[in-house]
Order: sequence, then C-alpha cells, then structure tokens
Amino acid sequence: MDVTVIATESLSKRFPRVTALDRLSVDVGPGVTGLVGANGAGKSTLIKILLGLSPATEGRAEVLGLDVATEGAAIRERVGYMPEHDCLPPDVSATEFVVHMARMSGLPATAARERTADTLRHVGLYEERYRPIGGYSTGMKQRVKLAQALVHDPQLVFLDEPTNGLDPVGRDEMLGLIRRIHTDFGISVLVTSHLLGELERTCDHVVVVDGGKLLRSSSTRDFTQTTTTLAIEVTDTDEHPDGTRAVREALHARGVTVQDGSGLPGAGHILLLTAQGEDTYDLVRDVIADLGLGLVRMEQRRHQIAEVFTNDTDDAQRKEAVGHGG
Amino acid sequence: MAAEQSPQAPATPSGDTRIHNIGYRSYDGPRLGRSYARMSLYSQSLRGAYGLGRSAKSKVLPMLLFVVMCVPAAIMVAVAVATKAKELPLDYTRYAIVMQAVISLYVASQAPQSVSRDLRFKTVPLYFSRPIETGDYVRAKYAALASALFILTAAPLLVLYVGALLAKLDFTDQTKGFAQGLVSVALLSLLFAGIGLVIASVTPRRGFGIAAVIAVLTISYGAVSTLQAIADVQGSGDAGILIGLFSPITLIDGVQSAYLGASSAFPGGVGPDRTEGILFVLVTLGLIVASHALLMRRYKKVGL
Repeated sequence: MDVTVIATESLSKRFPRVTALDRLSVDVGPGVTGLVGANGAGKSTLIKILLGLSPATEGRAEVLGLDVATEGAAIRERVGYMPEHDCLPPDVSATEFVVHMARMSGLPATAARERTADTLRHVGLYEERYRPIGGYSTGMKQRVKLAQALVHDPQLVFLDEPTNGLDPVGRDEMLGLIRRIHTDFGISVLVTSHLLGELERTCDHVVVVDGGKLLRSSSTRDFTQTTTTLAIEVTDTDEHPDGTRAVREALHARGVTVQDGSGLPGAGHILLLTAQGEDTYDLVRDVIADLGLGLVRMEQRRHQIAEVFTNDTDDAQRKEAVGHGG
Repeated sequence: MAAEQSPQAPATPSGDTRIHNIGYRSYDGPRLGRSYARMSLYSQSLRGAYGLGRSAKSKVLPMLLFVVMCVPAAIMVAVAVATKAKELPLDYTRYAIVMQAVISLYVASQAPQSVSRDLRFKTVPLYFSRPIETGDYVRAKYAALASALFILTAAPLLVLYVGALLAKLDFTDQTKGFAQGLVSVALLSLLFAGIGLVIASVTPRRGFGIAAVIAVLTISYGAVSTLQAIADVQGSGDAGILIGLFSPITLIDGVQSAYLGASSAFPGGVGPDRTEGILFVLVTLGLIVASHALLMRRYKKVGL
C-alpha cells in the first residue's frame, strides 16, 4: 500500500449516551475497501467524520491527505457520497436531479450536463433518465444515487449500504458496478455493508468494525484464494436415485473432502467442498458428467470471509461480529 | 438515443463510420467551489419558486398568483389612462397591503416547496456532502424566496409606474412613490420569506407547512386588526398602534407609514409616528435576523 487514501489515528466519537467510535486507527489504500460491521457499529459515524461534517471527539483523520477537521470543504469537493437512505425527490427526472447535484459540486453548467449524461450511462440508466424518479424501481433509484456520487469525478466515493433493499440480481449488478468504479473509472471506493460475505468478490480490502472498535483490517486476497468454498447441487436420475450421495462418494473416492450444506436452504441436496484452484472445478464437472447427473448449480459460496474470521479467531468478540456479518 | 449509447457499442470498421468505445472519461475541467454552488442553489430555488424546472402542475399556482397580483395594477393603469386621472387610484405603498392575501398564499405555497421537499425526501445530506456549508444552504434558500417574493410584489408596482408615466402623471411624484414602494416591498419580502421558511423548515410535510404558514399570517393579522379596531373604538389609539407590532403585515404598514410616506391602513388611518416607527423598524429587522438564526439552528441539526 504505497498511497493512503484514508488514515485515522485513535479516532473516537462519543455521544452523551453512546460511544460510536472507540480509538479507531486504520489505513485504507486505493482500490475497493469494504467497511463491515453490524448496524450501529459506527460505519455511518465514521463516514460523517471523514466528510468533515461531524467533529471527532478525539484523534485525527485524513482523507486524500487532507485533515478532516480543517479541510472539510476541500475533501467534499474531491469525494462522493451515496447515503444509505432514500434521498431522491420523486418529481424530477434523474437527469435534472444529477445535473443539479453536479453543479452543487462546482461543475459549470455545460460540464454538469455532459458529465450527467456520461455518468447515468455508466451506471446503466438510459431512456428512463428523462422520466420522474418517483416511477423508478429500487434498483434504478440506487443507480441514480450512485450517479450523483460519481458525477463530479471524485477521487474517492463513500457508498453507504449500496445493496440495501435490492434483490439478488440487483445486488450482483450493484456489486459489479462498484468493482468497475475502481477498475474502469479509477476511483477508490469505501463501501459499507452489514453483510460480510457480500463484499468478498468486490473488495480488495476489508475493514471490520464492531462497537466502534477495529476488529480486523486485511486484504481479501490474503485468505480468499486458499479457501474458496463451492456449493454444488445435482439432479437425481433413475440410475442414481440419490444423486447427491453418489457425487459425494465419487468425490470422496478422488480424495476431495465434501461437507453437507447443513443449515443452508435446500440442505441435504447441497454439497460443499473446498476448491483448490481451477482443477477442482474440472474434477467436479467430470465426476458429475461420468455419473450422468445434471448439474443444477455450482457456485462460490457467500459469507465465506465470515468463516475465515470464525476459524482463525480465538476472540469471542470477533466471533460475535462475524455472527452479525453472516 | 443512438448517440448516447454509441460509446458502449463495439468498434465497427465498416466504411467511414467508426464508433470507438471511449469508456469512462475523467473530468479535468474547473471546479468552481462554494460560492458557485451557492449561486446555483439560489438560482435553482428561485426558478423553482415559480415552478420553472419543475413539473407543469407546479407552475400553475405561482404563475396564477403572479397574474392575480398584476391584473389589478393593470386595470388601475387602464382606468387612470382612460379617465385622464391626476393620480393613481392606489398608492404604491398601499398595493402590497391591499393584496396581502395573495402574498400570504404565495409564501404559504412556495416556502414549503423550497425547504420541506429537501427534508421530506432527505436530499439535504446530499447538499452537505458537497462543498457548501449550512450557512450557504440557508442563505441561498432565504435569498431565493425573498427574491421570488420581491418579483411578485414589485412587478405590479412596475406596472403602475410605467402606466403612470404613460398617463403623463407627475414624474417626480411617481418616481418617489415607486421608490418608496420598492423599499417597502423589499422589506416585506425579507420578512415574509423568513417567517415562511422558519415555519416550513420545521415540518417535512408540505401540507402542514402550507397550513401553518397561512395560519400564522392570517390569524396574526386577524387578531391584530380586531384588537386595533377595539382599541380605536375605546379611544386608546396609541395602544392600537403598538398592537400593530404583532403581525407581519401591520409591521410593514407601520414602517412605511412612519418613514415611507404611506397612508396607514390602521384604524382611522393613523399609523405610528416617527418615534413609534423606530420600534416597528427594530421589530421588523429583529424578526428577519431571528428567522435567519432559527434556520441556521434548524439546519445545524439536520446534517447527514
């Protein structure tokens, strides 16, 4: 991590009755960083402080090398913010709204219009952008919220729970979009979620907070590579009335440890196994093909960072946070 | 739409038409910062106060009220020109007092439109996550509504003035009266905008905001004019005059009868004299300053 995008040093925020942040020290580099914690873990408070809108009780923080306490306006010119809650007036079109927000970020009128057209296209809004926002689906509204955070081409965006309220497909699309914000647009991202597993494919780095304290800050690459868990579901045939068992035995014979997906929806029909790179995928494919079964699904399992945390922690508190995350 | 989507389409090497995928373009142009953002918010809010840049439905009421404000002035001018009158039927300073119901209706409809929407749809955090500060937001909104009110109240005066000049009325008299009228409606705009915004900013519900603004403006005026009438009947004229401090429109009436040569709408046509007038000016200015302070306090709390 050569450049630091966000740096906090014993950052604390105390309200009369509750401590929202407790001596949080964390460095965040460029790329996509997930900020994970249960509801009330201090994520939104941290974003407010980083935007220079709420003074920290003690400690200090820098965003893009600017001090949050004294250079808030300069920070807010260079970052974008997508709130967790609804924030769109229903009676204007996405275009009008985003143009206005671009001007509020200091873009001249012409540039604001051009950037709005570009940005709405990049987030996947086309003809509908001329219609009033009130008629949009949740997914489209999330895209407008994202567009207003990106329209002034910030160096960093804060996305607060961007997948909230989306269906699984919408969630995947949003996560893909978040990934592109960094890879294609070159903008660093700090994305919060209370779902730890959701961020595994999207983030380069995950920061876990609970009760305002830092639980863990680590690169996702460190642990996802070795422990990708696959979920497999197969059909039954006349030849193999219990296809699941047949596959389990066949895989076992090839030396692959398989677990039942107990506790998951469709338990009994789902097999979990640890993938050791590309070979495992081929092996599973061949085994199932040999048995003449149909492969209903084979997917990387979610919530798997959670398991990593559970496995390597001996700290009860840490486990608790992971429980929230799952 | 083709032009919009073309950058995503694959390059087609056929003929001269070649579409490139230009992908994401970063922005290197100027960022004009806080004062520009504040001006943008001001102009957007001012346009919004007349429904410009909003749906057709939201243009109806403000435009209608604007016409209603100007039509009597046009009629007076027509009458004055036709009858070759020596003076206009109504003083410049009296016009807004006579038309106060229209002005109140305008404030009641547009103040909530200006601030309650941002609160209700929680758009405020999007503003404050940008370079502008609380003070910029408050001042832009306040200035916008006050300007909108000034346009509403000064336009009929302009109609009267132009008409008076066409009717070849005395130029010096008319210009002086017009100037006094403008000062008066400027003060009225600031006062009404402040009161309207403070009330509207308390509730995210537009309907409540409209009702509350109308209630405050009409009830205060109703109570004050009733009490003034009673005081007048009982012969305690001084008390009656001071009661005028308790409603916005009688405040303006008091200020202009004391200093702007206006004939008062107070009972018996007796307004405050110059000494009492100081009180009216101080209360008016105090209310404007207090409105601003209350709005600042309100928006300090809203934040994100």
